[in-house]
Amino acid sequence: MNPTANAPATAARHAVPHRRRRPAWRRRRALAGWLLALPFTALFAAFMIGPLGASLALSFTDATSRDLRTPFAVGFVGLSNFADLFTDEKFLRAVGNTLYFAGVGVPLTVAVAMLIALALNNGINRFRAFFRVGFYTPVVTSIVAIAVVWKYILEPDGLLNQGLAALGVTGPDWLHDTAFAMPSLILMAMWRNMGTLMIVFLAGLQGLPAEVYEAARMDGAGPFQRFRDLTLPLMRPTILLGCVLISVYYFQFFEEAFVMTGGGPLDSTLSITYFTYNQFGYGDYGHASAASYILAVAIALVTLVQFRVLRAKD
Amino acid sequence: MTIRNTRHSRWYLYIPLLIGLGLTVLPFVWMVSGAFKPQSEILSGEFTLLPENGTLRNFADLFTRVDFGSYFVNSVLVAVAVVLGNLIFCSMLGYALSKIEFPGRRALFAVVMTMLMVPTVVTFVPLFVLVTRMGLANTYGALILPFLATPLGVFIMRQFIREIPDSLIEAARLDGAGEFRIFFTIIIPLSGPALATLAILQFLSSWNEFLWPLVAAQTEDMYTLPVGIALISAGANTVNYGLLLAGATVIVLPILVLFLFLQRYFIQGISTTGLK
Repeated sequence: MNPTANAPATAARHAVPHRRRRPAWRRRRALAGWLLALPFTALFAAFMIGPLGASLALSFTDATSRDLRTPFAVGFVGLSNFADLFTDEKFLRAVGNTLYFAGVGVPLTVAVAMLIALALNNGINRFRAFFRVGFYTPVVTSIVAIAVVWKYILEPDGLLNQGLAALGVTGPDWLHDTAFAMPSLILMAMWRNMGTLMIVFLAGLQGLPAEVYEAARMDGAGPFQRFRDLTLPLMRPTILLGCVLISVYYFQFFEEAFVMTGGGPLDSTLSITYFTYNQFGYGDYGHASAASYILAVAIALVTLVQFRVLRAKD
Repeated sequence: MTIRNTRHSRWYLYIPLLIGLGLTVLPFVWMVSGAFKPQSEILSGEFTLLPENGTLRNFADLFTRVDFGSYFVNSVLVAVAVVLGNLIFCSMLGYALSKIEFPGRRALFAVVMTMLMVPTVVTFVPLFVLVTRMGLANTYGALILPFLATPLGVFIMRQFIREIPDSLIEAARLDGAGEFRIFFTIIIPLSGPALATLAILQFLSSWNEFLWPLVAAQTEDMYTLPVGIALISAGANTVNYGLLLAGATVIVLPILVLFLFLQRYFIQGISTTGLK
């Protein structure tokens, strides 16, 4: 923020006429500001803020698809939708599955992305850009399209099990086994999203002070020690950012399960978003909205907790 | 930096990196290869990287057995409209927020940024009620309107326009140019890189969007590509992988090619703004 240096001088020179004219041009400029802001704000209010508020309101009602014609005639039911959800086994299952997906997926993705970033930053001199692009490609692809491909790969006689058979291992029916369906989805999510974190971490690593590493090396610190005592603490803010980005995303997982497992087998991959979508499909807008709000609050809380935990160690 | 890297080069790291890269790219190779395989080869359970009897049958099936042409046209139309809307509306607001004093500016920015993290799943139920009440259910309006003004776009444009020197704008104001004139003749021509990043990010997220089009498009002629493919995959008892892989190839390949040419904008956009 550096306004023109001669602004005060100009103001002083025109002090008298300015004081009189000022409100007029101010008002005109403010009006221009509002006109420029208007189209976005109108669309934003109608299609985001409005629905966000309406969703909260719906979560306290018994609204169903039959109320579409008369949306204001629905009954107020207080917190009973939320109470229902917390005693609904299916919803609790969905909560557990979502926690499983994020709880395993986030650390795994962060770790793999960090390994790739470290190898690219410290180990090699050539082809860094080439590797970076290669590891990043899955990020730009449609999850639905790529889930179709992974479903094909994970078939009982698919590519993965052929590879395992070559090593003498008999692979399971990944997507139809309650124990393996979720790990399969996590594996695919890691494959698709590690590129994002790799880019974030690589940017962070390149900002680390080289002198400090030089000094540590002189003092005889090995590579592992340097990673633990220098890189990890220095990278804490970057890792935090990565965790937040990826958790917000993993908490909403849906497409993967929709295409690859349909939420099954036996609800073992049913996520909160999937549950919400199903409730909507049954026409139960009240419970769908309540479930989506629980997810939104959970995401906000996890973000806050991560900031706290990673900040606290500074 | 470079010196440190040269001195401590570890050539053996190329081996795990190459293996990792191979595994990362393999699903794409397998997708394209499978798209050209006849059904008999797909089900044979043998590992053949290249199809033995390559065929275009799967691609032809996309147009004869399902309405893939419509999905494609819908996806393109929606993505183009979403990109244009965001370019216009987000840059207008971005300019207002970064360079014009008007009452409520700070509050507006705070509200827009708070919504950056709100997932679609929280708004889609009332959004469906809204578009139905507006008589827009199952129309392009329903597919496009909710994505025309996104917080991410405002964030990108505001960050960029903030760096344009105030002196330039002040000079134009002293010459009597109005704010709209300044916006069109100074701000827009100078914002090329930000607009490019925004266009790419919005195209990508629109092209890949799933939950909302799944809800909003009710008949096959309104499906977008991901909705079409997902419903074919979920609906059938025996999965026709040839058809699905051909469809996936059509969704993924154009984006991959675009990415390889414009990777700088992709990566810049994502590293400054996060996911999606």
